[in-house]
Amino acid sequence: MTIEKKQNGSSLTIAVQGRLDTTTAPDLEKEIKSGLDGVTELIMDFEKLDYISSAGLRVLLSAQKVMSKQGSMKVIHVSDLVMEVFEVTGFTDILTIE
Amino acid sequence: MKEWTFEANIDRISWLTDQVNEELEKLDCPMKAQMQIDVAIDELLANIASYAYDLDAGETTVRFDFDADTRTVSLTFIDSGVPYDPLAKPDPDVTLSVEQREVGGLGIFLVKKTMDDMTYVRRDGRNELTIRKRI
Repeated sequence: MTIEKKQNGSSLTIAVQGRLDTTTAPDLEKEIKSGLDGVTELIMDFEKLDYISSAGLRVLLSAQKVMSKQGSMKVIHVSDLVMEVFEVTGFTDILTIE
Repeated sequence: MKEWTFEANIDRISWLTDQVNEELEKLDCPMKAQMQIDVAIDELLANIASYAYDLDAGETTVRFDFDADTRTVSLTFIDSGVPYDPLAKPDPDVTLSVEQREVGGLGIFLVKKTMDDMTYVRRDGRNELTIRKRI
């Protein structure tokens, strides 16, 4: 998995490439936890994400909980496969997906 | 049939995924089904690594089978850890709001939803969990 961060003022974009699973989710969690100070808009770019497992969902949920308090979060470029995971787990109701 | 026996550790997930993908590619498995199976491997092996053996690392055996008539792949995860039936757990409430959501319990649910069939049996002191997917 590769994580690319782009900060523009108080807007942070995190692009994730590869598999977001049990092995890689802790890396993303670390990146998010250390980078959200003063961020009011978090954009997760999943264009190059192969798939997501529940470990990845947990990271998204905790990021959403933080961002609900200090601004907003959205997930962009979601593939059909990842979207199906969001749908069956009810994450389509939790996340803002564009 | 293929069978792999190794230490149940999350560090082995990507290795096992590669082995299974190699078999799936030989069967011309569609990419979507392959990725769903990959996610299932992640969930089930992570579960065994964290629940079955507590702190002592134990072995797990994973068996890969393919029924050509029905084009169904089956994967059986076998461990000799504490009895653990993941299917006995109630499904998580997926309608709760972000504040109420707990950060767990989604893995098995996700596997249930994306596989065609999932069975658990406790046999000879071992947990055997089988998933099946038509490809």
